[in-house]
Amino acid sequence: MASPAGLRVGIDVGGTNTDAVILDAQDALLGKAKVPTSPDVTTGIVGALGQVLGAVPDARDRITHVMVGSTHATNAVLQQRGLDGVAVLRIATPVRSAIPPLVTWPDSLRRQVQVASAIVQGGFEFDRSEALPLDEDAIRRFAARLAGQAPAFAVACMFAPVSERHELRAEEIIREEAGPDASISLSHELGSLGLLERENATVLNASLRKLAVSITSAIRDAVSAQGIAAETLFAQNDGTLMTAEFAEQFPVLTIGSGPANSIRGAAYLTGLERALVADIGGTSTDVGALVNGFPRQSTDGADIGGVSTNFRTPDLVSIALGGGTVIAGDPAAPKIGPESVGFRLREEALVFSGSTATMTDAAVASSRAVLGDPSRLPAASAALFAAALRRSDEMLADVIDRVKLSQAPQPLIAVGGGSILAANQIPGVSEVIRPDHFDVANAIGAAIAAASGEYEGVVYLGSRSRKQVLEEAEARAAERAIAAGADADSVEIIDVEEIPIGYLTDTALRVRVRAVGPLRPSDGQQR
Amino acid sequence: MTLTEISTSDVEALARGCAVLGAGGGGDTHTFRIMAELAIQQTGPVPLVSLDELPDDGLILPLAMVGAPMVFAEKILSGLEGIRLRAEVEDAMGGHVVAVLAPEIGGGNGVLPVAWAAHLGLPYADADGMGRAFPTIPMTAMHLAGVPACPVVIMDGRDSIVRFDTCDTFWAERLARSATTMMGALTSSALYPMSVATARTATVIGTVTKAIRVGRTLATRSESAVAEAVDELAACVLSVGKIIDIERRIEGGWVRGWLTVEGLGEFRGRLLHVEIQNENLVALEDGEVRASVPDIITVLDTENGGVISTERLRYGQRVTVIAFAADPIWRTDQGLAVGGPRAMGYDFDYVPVEDLNG
Repeated sequence: MASPAGLRVGIDVGGTNTDAVILDAQDALLGKAKVPTSPDVTTGIVGALGQVLGAVPDARDRITHVMVGSTHATNAVLQQRGLDGVAVLRIATPVRSAIPPLVTWPDSLRRQVQVASAIVQGGFEFDRSEALPLDEDAIRRFAARLAGQAPAFAVACMFAPVSERHELRAEEIIREEAGPDASISLSHELGSLGLLERENATVLNASLRKLAVSITSAIRDAVSAQGIAAETLFAQNDGTLMTAEFAEQFPVLTIGSGPANSIRGAAYLTGLERALVADIGGTSTDVGALVNGFPRQSTDGADIGGVSTNFRTPDLVSIALGGGTVIAGDPAAPKIGPESVGFRLREEALVFSGSTATMTDAAVASSRAVLGDPSRLPAASAALFAAALRRSDEMLADVIDRVKLSQAPQPLIAVGGGSILAANQIPGVSEVIRPDHFDVANAIGAAIAAASGEYEGVVYLGSRSRKQVLEEAEARAAERAIAAGADADSVEIIDVEEIPIGYLTDTALRVRVRAVGPLRPSDGQQR
Repeated sequence: MTLTEISTSDVEALARGCAVLGAGGGGDTHTFRIMAELAIQQTGPVPLVSLDELPDDGLILPLAMVGAPMVFAEKILSGLEGIRLRAEVEDAMGGHVVAVLAPEIGGGNGVLPVAWAAHLGLPYADADGMGRAFPTIPMTAMHLAGVPACPVVIMDGRDSIVRFDTCDTFWAERLARSATTMMGALTSSALYPMSVATARTATVIGTVTKAIRVGRTLATRSESAVAEAVDELAACVLSVGKIIDIERRIEGGWVRGWLTVEGLGEFRGRLLHVEIQNENLVALEDGEVRASVPDIITVLDTENGGVISTERLRYGQRVTVIAFAADPIWRTDQGLAVGGPRAMGYDFDYVPVEDLNG
């Protein structure tokens, strides 16, 4: 995949650190920086950016893109802060519903987000036919009542993934009543089948938009303040990028971008397209899979702050095992975690003159890692350390096996500060690869990401051939990739899933297509 | 433990137990569970009654969702469908409905009628039409007892109603399925309306209580939960191990496939093969049958006791495969003709699970 000319900056905001890297046009790493993540997130980004620019002289004028993997949206939902009120409109038949909008949300979050909700008649069947005509008057009344009162609107229509017509008409009516600048999120733009989950995602998206605009402009300001005239892009949950405009429209898609970037970064650092990836940190280990250069996605939707959605985030299995994990018990029955000294590793671990036995100490004791001062390890604990390491090897082998989809051995890419724990021989793993610069894999993943688009819907074949239907779906996915910033001439379809619908006829298909393309060449002076 | 009502706190256990009785099929229970919990919050607990407590000539109203589970994810019911269905059944049969019954306890259809019963202000009968999940309308205890499915009443989200009588229950299946497809692939249905006196001998008794009891043992989400559920069901453990191979495809609207479990611990060195057609139908080891339909084969998550439905099986899952006896009605010649291995296309005779694993 060709890269745009010039330099690119990748920034990843993690729970502990904010990392920044600079890559050249050939994806070679020129410099990296790591600063503590700030409570407001943006300050940390500015700091990391300043530090990495200091590390690469003369970079400033050659930077064409700044790619940011941010946790603003995730934090806003988890901490229930900075969310806008939303007027929720569901279009469905029957109008009376056993499960009205947002009733399954945690109470405090619902109280903060829901300004009003209504269900109006309309929606579609799986075969694209109208279930019942859209009740336009009811939508008009709803919008008129909430004009000026609801900061944002969310619209979710029954079977919108097969026909967006009623959602588009609802949008028009809301604009007529609430003004042309009303913020309106439509469910067909956000996802797949499952009305309640899609509606939830749409409402979260609506509630995040104002925050997203303030964040994208703060980050763009920070970039300009460093004298960089580059386009700013944002990482999304499938390991690809979107433009700032797109991120302002669909902020909910940034949720889950961190693990996706880490897996993409691992692909970059090793050149592998297909492998397992273990990100071993201080407190926990996340294991995921790299398939065709992208993270494998979960089959179930993600739960975000107690709200079930239909987002497919990277398919990860996590365990409480990391470099700072505390060891207790005795050699016959070592107890490993789940407690961890976390970011205090360099004060608390025995090899760093601390007083807590950690997995890092066990790795040093067995010479798996060369760190700190091994003479601080008490000889009497040797058996416990050996037993703890054996147990952690089993835990790691087990979690790796869960992520695999077949028995064939696969390479494992070990990244993260705790990857010293990983043994060189792991059952079911053909080879353990420990790339250089693994400590900034996430930021690299952001910097190398391409832009993508996804289309998912139910298609009813009718008189059309399967080929026609698939081509149409592919065209829609490609359109979305281009809207997200991909170069129109280089968009490729990377994944097509067709699932015939059970208990029905063989003529309805559920189709999911993903298109990916390198970023549009930038003139470097767009912003 | 005698249960006399279903409150919101019982719904989770019921849903879990219905999944266990579903033999991997019967559709997802999650959305129905939310519906039932919300309905009970509005109306108060639903009385759970034995058929013996009800008047002989009262009408039993069996209610179920018919259609594609995928469509249910888009179409949210009102929860009030039972009101119209009751009126139609009372009109067709004469008399008064005294309780709601699940034609199929296995999977989502064991949970959804609780929501309908709540809004109808009717009790839920502690019985059902299958004691498990099966894919078609004739596969019921009522059919084996000679009770016709008709009059059948089918209703969609537009309040369109189809009510029909057919010459036999096989034709009722054909009409119900095509009407359901025409009406948007998901309908609420009343079928096998019957008197309490008839229901006492034409249903599988005590299955709601059984589901809740099993569901409660699994609710602790621990490894001991699986052992307790095995005791509660008098089940045989066919394997404790890991899924090392799995194949599924859709053929003519049904999910077909198989999985292989490699034993761990005391099952090390043994392979269990399970055949799937919507439900888990046959378990084999070294080519020998270890359990087969109509007995119930269920795959549990070894660590947390969760039930893994056929759509959610995946390579690498740590599972406990259990099998337990179907209701005796399915073990008769007549029952086996409808729901035995030969009826499902296998070329072997049925042997009860306890004899195979004695």
